[in-house]
Amino acid sequence: MIKLTINGQTVTAEDGMSILDAALAHGIEIPALCHDPDLKPESSCRLCLVEVDGRPWPRVACGTPVKDGMVVETNTPEIRATRREILQLLLDNHPNDCLTCQKAGECLLQKYAYEYGVTFRTHNGARRGGEKARFTDTSSPYILRDESKCILCGKCVSTCAELNERSVLSFAGRGFETKVAADRDETLEASTCVSCSRCVAVCPVGALIDRRVREKKIRPWEADRQTIQCKACEYGCEYEVLKKGDERVIRPLSPSGGRPLCLKGRLFVEAEVSSDLRTPYKKEETEKGRKFVRTTWIEALELDGILDRITCNETDSGK
Amino acid sequence: MSMTIEKLKEIREETLKRMNLRGLPSDKPNAPYRWSVAICMETSCMSSKSREIKQRLLELIERDGKTDEIEVVGTGCFGLCEAGPIVIVRPGDTFYYHLDVEDIDRIYESHLLDGEPVKDLIYPESITEDGYLSYFDIPFMAHQERIALRSSGHIDPEDIREYIAFGGYEALYKALIEMTPDEVIDVITESGLRGRGGGGFLAGRKWRATQVSPGDEKFIICNADEGDPGAFMDRSILEGDPHSVIEAMAIAGYAIGSDQGYVYVRAEYPIAVERLENAIGQANDLGLLGENIFGTDFSFDLEIRLGAGAFVCGETTALTASIEGRRGTPRSRPPYSADKGLWGKPTMINNVETFANIPYILLNGPEAFKKIGTEKSPGTKVFALSGKIKNVGLVEIPMGTTLRQVVEEIGGGIPNGKAFKAVQTGGPSGGCIGPEHLDTPIDFDSLTEIGSMMGSGGMIIMDEDNCAVDVARFYMDFIADESCGKCTPCREGTKRMLEILIDITEGRGDETSIPRLERLARTTELASLCALGQTSANPILSTLKTFRDEYEAHIKEKRCPAGVCKALTNYFITDKCIGCGLCARNCPVSCIKGERKELHVIDTDQCIKCGLCYNKCPVKAIVKK
Repeated sequence: MIKLTINGQTVTAEDGMSILDAALAHGIEIPALCHDPDLKPESSCRLCLVEVDGRPWPRVACGTPVKDGMVVETNTPEIRATRREILQLLLDNHPNDCLTCQKAGECLLQKYAYEYGVTFRTHNGARRGGEKARFTDTSSPYILRDESKCILCGKCVSTCAELNERSVLSFAGRGFETKVAADRDETLEASTCVSCSRCVAVCPVGALIDRRVREKKIRPWEADRQTIQCKACEYGCEYEVLKKGDERVIRPLSPSGGRPLCLKGRLFVEAEVSSDLRTPYKKEETEKGRKFVRTTWIEALELDGILDRITCNETDSGK
Repeated sequence: MSMTIEKLKEIREETLKRMNLRGLPSDKPNAPYRWSVAICMETSCMSSKSREIKQRLLELIERDGKTDEIEVVGTGCFGLCEAGPIVIVRPGDTFYYHLDVEDIDRIYESHLLDGEPVKDLIYPESITEDGYLSYFDIPFMAHQERIALRSSGHIDPEDIREYIAFGGYEALYKALIEMTPDEVIDVITESGLRGRGGGGFLAGRKWRATQVSPGDEKFIICNADEGDPGAFMDRSILEGDPHSVIEAMAIAGYAIGSDQGYVYVRAEYPIAVERLENAIGQANDLGLLGENIFGTDFSFDLEIRLGAGAFVCGETTALTASIEGRRGTPRSRPPYSADKGLWGKPTMINNVETFANIPYILLNGPEAFKKIGTEKSPGTKVFALSGKIKNVGLVEIPMGTTLRQVVEEIGGGIPNGKAFKAVQTGGPSGGCIGPEHLDTPIDFDSLTEIGSMMGSGGMIIMDEDNCAVDVARFYMDFIADESCGKCTPCREGTKRMLEILIDITEGRGDETSIPRLERLARTTELASLCALGQTSANPILSTLKTFRDEYEAHIKEKRCPAGVCKALTNYFITDKCIGCGLCARNCPVSCIKGERKELHVIDTDQCIKCGLCYNKCPVKAIVKK
């Protein structure tokens, strides 16, 4: 075990742990947009900068391992000022859409902007991903993308790459023009995306949205929320049921602990708890490329064979 | 084949016999050649037809059956690129410059056949009352001392035997046979050699860290991803003396316990790549790379990896990602490359020029190296001198040489009688150094102290016609374009700084411009992930420091004092005008009116500010305001 001081408080941590994880384990929150406990640190958002051993150069808490006797300050005026500048840079490139954004209330950018008192756009320069909030990819019946809101934290890319056979999302372009692209910058429909929604589950802002939740117009804070496990396979991926009045809709939760998330599981959970069963879609390879086509619930859940047998069996035994 | 020291010496002696005229330091065996003609075969001289010149000369020699008397050698860079294509005739090191292909016929007939140098083709500064100075004695070569470029200009980079004749691969032999890996690293450490790629980290410490890092597989990488605007030192070394890098990498492999090296070189350097490939092939053929080198247990293979030209791939973690086939973006450190580099294995990365110093240090000892340069920055540094300077080219100077010596003596001063304004060092990460610092001795620490940095060795001279804001805009444009886009401060901050600079140069700056630049500069410096972002604001900060008044003139008076920023500059014709009409005839938008022999007038609303009239006016009647 390692002993270090964070904001005057002596804490213990395991060797190899990052400052960020050590702080979190002791209830000290350090703002971070690109950090995810299940993903390798990208250290790209730079918001988790902290002062280490009084040195003038801040270090990222997510990518700096703890050391015995280390003295960390997470909230000095200098650190806060730098974080404010970083947030301002992000907001200078972010549409003013909190009123209608599906992510409002659980958006990390919104949360930190509030905490640090940073307002929208002070610099009248170029915009990436469009001037206004707009779904830039509506090709998928499950996922909506809005590139104008993307902060390029890279979580979607990392989580997609965790499963080798998926690895659909990656960064394209460079500098200010960097973007997240599906395969060779195709739509989600035309790409090899399997609609598992891992990316949606980890996106800290409103750049990747669950389409079916959006269509129900339920935002998390106004819903009763309950976590349930998918029973489609032994992984037991977690989904959240959002209940508002008579409406119930589900969304995938972060694929933690090696859970994969998949479309079949999602539809399984949807069939189980959603207040109305909306048409399922599956992706088919056609001559014109990949297309989403309507399917039946029985086919989507791959129940056709089983159902036939059960029906036969029950007719045979006279029930 | 397997190489032994006897064979190496045999090759050396054999080859030396035919290299009698190549300015060798010591022994000069009997001459087989009467004349030796060295023709520079570097990118720069080749672009002005040095290959055709060589071809023509070979034809002439062939035609007259003089192949036994005259040798023709394609060599590496001589340094004074501005004078290219360069041909040096030995003995005498007579320096022919700016040659056309036809000129070589005259040199052949007069100089090589009749022994009479062709005066009008000889570099004027090498002409004296009683003859011609050797190339190596011209003012440009004063103060220069060549270690990294020691063989450039003397040997044929495509012939390993000539490298061996110049003592090549003896350092490798010495390391493998006479020294332990620890002793090799000790020598490098004692020499005080610091990385020539920009950071100035102690090479010995890097080697040691990789050596002691546990791992059954380790890698050596040569960083040849030279990308600073105006920098071409590494290209020149690879084109002029590729074996010095190969030998050094093998030595490093032995020292840290690695049997595999990679040279990461830009695909935009086709000649360097070709020479390197050829050199690696020759070294393999002679057993100087490959299995059991010099009959020892040590084996070392070398491969080339081509970079696609992203500036950020010069950053070590981005470079290794690129070699691994991933997107070339830097990652947070730790872990350091010495612990987890290429494919997660301990990896030692030095740049081309750093490696090129290694054989010299091993053969001559750390003391000899330390005698050159300053205490904390021993040795020499190669700079690519360009911009508003008379002698554009490559210079290798001992550390501690002052900027003034480089600009005024080696560089020959500013052309056209213009006044010196600043020297930009360190590429986009460096800064502009104003006239008040001209007497600063050049070394790693002093340049950092005055707000610039050594960087990889680009040195761009600016005169009074350069606008400080425009210069900052140029570098920021480069950096914003080359930012990998991974981390927020660099991706967003460089773009915003660029936008503010463009606003200033186009007359839209206001009182918030400078404070906003300073704030963004601070944020990118403190918060960026890699050095590219951390140093991205240096061109702004250094110009703000020295030329703040120029920024203010742009912002407050909407005026560009140097007359560079088009939006803020207007052309006027003064009453010096003689009414010749040259300006009106050359104006591409016909906005100059006036009767013959009378004062002409520019319609400033129509003027596109191309500057053609300004340049054409025979009496300098046109002014920029």
